[in-house]
Amino acid sequence: MDIIIGQLATGLSIGSILLLAALGLSLTFGQMGVINMAHGEFIMAGCYTAYVIQQFVAASGAGLAISLVAGFVVGGLLGVILEVLLIRRLYARPLDTLLVTFGVGLVLQQIARDIWGAPAVNVEVPPFLRGNMELLGASVPYTRVFIFVLAVTCVAALMAAMRFTPMGRRIRAVTLNRDLAESSGINSRRSDLTTFFIGSGLAGVAGVALTLIGSTSPTIGQSYLIDAFLVVVVGGLGQLRGAVIAAFALGVLHSFFEYSTTASVAKVLVFVAIIVFLQIRPQGLFAVKTRSLA
Amino acid sequence: MNSISRRTVAAAALVVLGAGALTACGSRTSDTAAASAESCVDTSGDTIKIGSLHSLSGTMAISERTVRDSVALAVEQINAEGGVLGKQIEPVVEDGASDPAVFAEKAQKLITSDCVAAIFGGWTSSSRKAMLPVVEDANALLYYPVQYEGLEASENIFYTGATTNQQIVPGLEYLKEQGAESMYLVGSDYVFPQTANRVIKAWAEANDVEILGEDYTPLGSTDFSTIVNKVRTADPDAVFNTLNGDSNVAFFREYTNAGLTAEDTPVVSVSIAEEEVQGIGANNIAGQLTSWNYYQTIESPENTSFVEAFKAKYGDERVTSDPMEAAYTSLYLWKNTVEKADSFDVAAIQENAGGVSFDAPEGTVTINADNNHISKTALVGEIRPDGLIYEVWSSGEPIEPDPFLEGYDWAGELSGN
Repeated sequence: MDIIIGQLATGLSIGSILLLAALGLSLTFGQMGVINMAHGEFIMAGCYTAYVIQQFVAASGAGLAISLVAGFVVGGLLGVILEVLLIRRLYARPLDTLLVTFGVGLVLQQIARDIWGAPAVNVEVPPFLRGNMELLGASVPYTRVFIFVLAVTCVAALMAAMRFTPMGRRIRAVTLNRDLAESSGINSRRSDLTTFFIGSGLAGVAGVALTLIGSTSPTIGQSYLIDAFLVVVVGGLGQLRGAVIAAFALGVLHSFFEYSTTASVAKVLVFVAIIVFLQIRPQGLFAVKTRSLA
Repeated sequence: MNSISRRTVAAAALVVLGAGALTACGSRTSDTAAASAESCVDTSGDTIKIGSLHSLSGTMAISERTVRDSVALAVEQINAEGGVLGKQIEPVVEDGASDPAVFAEKAQKLITSDCVAAIFGGWTSSSRKAMLPVVEDANALLYYPVQYEGLEASENIFYTGATTNQQIVPGLEYLKEQGAESMYLVGSDYVFPQTANRVIKAWAEANDVEILGEDYTPLGSTDFSTIVNKVRTADPDAVFNTLNGDSNVAFFREYTNAGLTAEDTPVVSVSIAEEEVQGIGANNIAGQLTSWNYYQTIESPENTSFVEAFKAKYGDERVTSDPMEAAYTSLYLWKNTVEKADSFDVAAIQENAGGVSFDAPEGTVTINADNNHISKTALVGEIRPDGLIYEVWSSGEPIEPDPFLEGYDWAGELSGN
């Protein structure tokens, strides 16, 4: 029994990491149709933001809070710069964004390598997040609980922003029909920038969260990018609730596969499951008509 | 119908021709490589080139960049003392990019276009296995400085890191001495951990130690919650860790967070040295054990001057580690062999290598003529909060290398006897 609970908790925590990594992508890829391969590097930027801030503020609750805000801003600004310099010129050619942003990702990796070196650096976990709690016989590290709460908070905030604020309504309007939105007076340029800022900022937040569980190295984003894309595709493009369900489902599936087999086999099994699922539902869990599919 | 079959025939012919051309190209390159290997090395000038081939990028960079640094230190020192046979050493540095295929390609380049006298480098067994056919075909020399899984001996490779009987077996015996009756094996999914664990399982069976589980994760993997859950459930007396690179950070964080401690369930690692401890964070790993042949804290005049020279060159915050020391020692072993042979010629070096020794920072080491490995003293160490590793057990004297474990009855089938 405690094994099932333990693996369920593990699955939820893998799921919340997937969700954090995929949330921003769900906006930029799902809603705007931009295939941003540099998303992983925005995550990496978040990791290094936490590392830099740690040089000035000791690892503590306050330090973590500052890192999360700074990670959001750094990731967001990188996204805006990328949007203004390159992506805005490529909205009509979604496949080209893939190549361009892949190149940008490699450049960002090399910049990080030049500044902080190729070896991983250590970001201290704040003292109050060390250790673990007992949950019905299973042990759950506090860092995992924190990441779960953070992911849920981010989803809630994003959903609220998209649903209840004028900004969110504008973004959704532009997503559904750019021309109609523009003719009704919405500044679609500003809406694009906002979307990119939020989406990339969320990648930065994910990066800060990842420093709590693993190493911080220039290539860290790579290991999460594919998973993030899978979550968005399985969830259905542009569907927040789809991303949430997909992330947790894949996380739990992975943890149970891994428990009964091995890490490598589990990865393959999850891929097989995704392929089978996409055969049955190519549009993902939920579907919406977006600009990219219209 | 007719046209289709004609097209098929044409396509098939093209494929055959293409394949033929490729094979021809392939054999031609390796022929030239073999022919030029002896003549290509330029010994007429005042300098002699060597290759320094390490992963400067990718998941292994955390470990391998440090080895490149210590190779550079040895080169600098040897050059300051007058070089080798009166020639200054000129290193050609290449990046293996944590990718075995790149290692093979770069080794080929170093041998055939840079014409180096010897290559120093490699870390993962996959990188060594990839370079092995290259150096054998070209009859070149590779000095490989990292402990590995054994079961290999090549005339073209000098193994200056430990083989299993100089590191893993002493580590296991130490655990048993401490009363461990069961173990859990955790490793990265590639050559070294898989083979090392085969050795460990054979040893365990002969020594009545129970192996409660065995898990591998892809290189670079950062999610260890499931594995740590499995370890907790299995409740072993000790964990034997053959993870490599960045994965160790995530593993030890998860391990500590899950409430597993060094007192109750110690982890013995064979791929974590001083440099990696810094990246993991000493507080995540303090109290855990390692099994190696060298620690920065060894007290000997040779080591004191090595550590001082290293810090003087790279800064006080830098630390020295086992593979770094082995790489540093490699350069001197090569130098001593070249001087004994009075030649940079590969055949002459192979002939004269047996018995060549060097007073290394880890203690005196000697090349074994039978298998091109070196004798080394085994040391079990404890990682302390200051990030350094301190000896808690020593084999006392150098252990002769036995890569095929021929001297151990329990190794049975493994040793190929």
